[in-house]
Amino acid sequence: MSTGTYAPKPGAAPVGRMIAAQTALETRMLLRNGEQLLLTVIIPSLLLVLFSTVDIVDTGADKAVDFLAPGVLALAVLSTAFTGQAIATGFERRYGVLKRLGASPLPRWALMASKTLAVLVTEVLQIALLTAIALGLGWSPHGDPFSVLLLVVLGTAAFSGLGLLMAGTLRAEATLAAANLVFLLLLVGGGVIVPLAKFPDAARSVLELLPISALSDGLRAVLQDGAALPWGDALTLAVWAVLGLGAAARFFRWE
Amino acid sequence: MRGTKNSESVVQVRGLVKRYGSKTAVDGLDLDVRAGTVTAVLGPNGAGKTTTVETCEGYRRPDGGTVRALGLDPIADAAALRPRIGVMLQSGGVYSGARADEMLRHMARLHAHPLDVDALIERLGLGSCGRTTYRRLSGGQQQRLALAMAVVGRPELVFLDEPTAGLDPQARRATWDLVRELRADGVTVVLTTHFMQEAEELADDVAIVDAGRVAAQGSPEQLCRGGAENTLRFTGRAGLDLGSLLKALPDGTAAAEPLPGTYRITGAVDPQLLATVTTWCAQHGVMPDGIAVERHTLEDVFLELTGKELRS
Repeated sequence: MSTGTYAPKPGAAPVGRMIAAQTALETRMLLRNGEQLLLTVIIPSLLLVLFSTVDIVDTGADKAVDFLAPGVLALAVLSTAFTGQAIATGFERRYGVLKRLGASPLPRWALMASKTLAVLVTEVLQIALLTAIALGLGWSPHGDPFSVLLLVVLGTAAFSGLGLLMAGTLRAEATLAAANLVFLLLLVGGGVIVPLAKFPDAARSVLELLPISALSDGLRAVLQDGAALPWGDALTLAVWAVLGLGAAARFFRWE
Repeated sequence: MRGTKNSESVVQVRGLVKRYGSKTAVDGLDLDVRAGTVTAVLGPNGAGKTTTVETCEGYRRPDGGTVRALGLDPIADAAALRPRIGVMLQSGGVYSGARADEMLRHMARLHAHPLDVDALIERLGLGSCGRTTYRRLSGGQQQRLALAMAVVGRPELVFLDEPTAGLDPQARRATWDLVRELRADGVTVVLTTHFMQEAEELADDVAIVDAGRVAAQGSPEQLCRGGAENTLRFTGRAGLDLGSLLKALPDGTAAAEPLPGTYRITGAVDPQLLATVTTWCAQHGVMPDGIAVERHTLEDVFLELTGKELRS
């Protein structure tokens, strides 16, 4: 490189361009990671196919897929917004990625916005795939798409807040273990594939307050029963979102 | 953009104090970096080099004193400062699943007028990384990528935290060449190192840091001249009469036999002194084996200033 190559000419790119670039990179990192794909794509798809075609759990629905598809969509949101984001962000923190980006022209709010957009892009791809599989299994969804959208966005906000709280406060290895464990527990106890009605009343009243239960129950109310927006579930998700994002904003450590 | 004149101090640290719990990492440190120069912050591990540099980068909030980079407060004016500086962390900073060229292109996209990424990849020999992701790159490749990321945005001021740690000699030279090119093009470089050779070869100014303070700052020549004297060493028969030798030597010269048969003369070692010593040896039937004049290095200066070895 010739003389003058490095002559200073500093400047930040326009913030919209930075966010677009960061979102594209974050999305590629999510989709390239094999373990992440196992959680976000393979497990939800397998659960959908397995439990729809084999009569393992009595779902109480005419067609099992009508019960399972909304639950698996909720699980997909959980897997990306919570588990995947917590693990990825935990290791980015551990390996100094967040620190290094902190010295770049990209503002922190723009980094978080990009992470959120990457999660939403991934969710769109997941929902498209899982919807196609469910339709292939004979799913007949009802209801209002805007209610579905609102529930998914609220669920994403709630899970993102909790995921980032974990990633920003625990060691990366602890986040890895805890995020997977929480994924498994919520999969079983959050009304995803096992109806909450199967649990004893006392347990059920607690489990119903979980964000995954609110999301799966809300999506089921709309998509299975064609109900209008389930305000109770939406409110539960909104409360989790405020608590989670608030705590993450307060306690998140960048290094 | 602010104009930067040569006389201007682009980094100004005054009385910096930084504590981590009960441990004081930086204890009243002053540092000035002149525009367009390479300044080496030299010291052993734990001296406070990284803390000082990371305070200038806006990562650490000082517990005392003031820090200005390009005339800006690194924390309060972070949004204005960040596009103008380039940062190479001591390690990491890259997505483990990202390829070298992918990460470098990404950093370029965050800047308004980045360098030509392909040319930079070629210049730093990163083309051979191919499709390998960061976690599988060699340590040297990871270091070069971090260096490339620090310069791709065409910054005015670059902070390199131990840029050649863990590099083989050839890669170290390549990094030094790039630092010299940056300076030639008007970029100000601040680097930390615990290799005195690196500071001597590369730096216009050296700040010797020990226990959180600057023990001395100046050009390598000034530090070597101002501090210690030079040394003449030789070996011979044990138990020579040093009193007789000293009589032949100018005032202010010292002679010692630290180990039997090993002699050390310290003082203003010049050709005349060397001739006097060899003449005295000839008169006393001594063959001064392994006779050597040692110019004082930064390592000696460091030892003299701090009483510690630079590298343990």
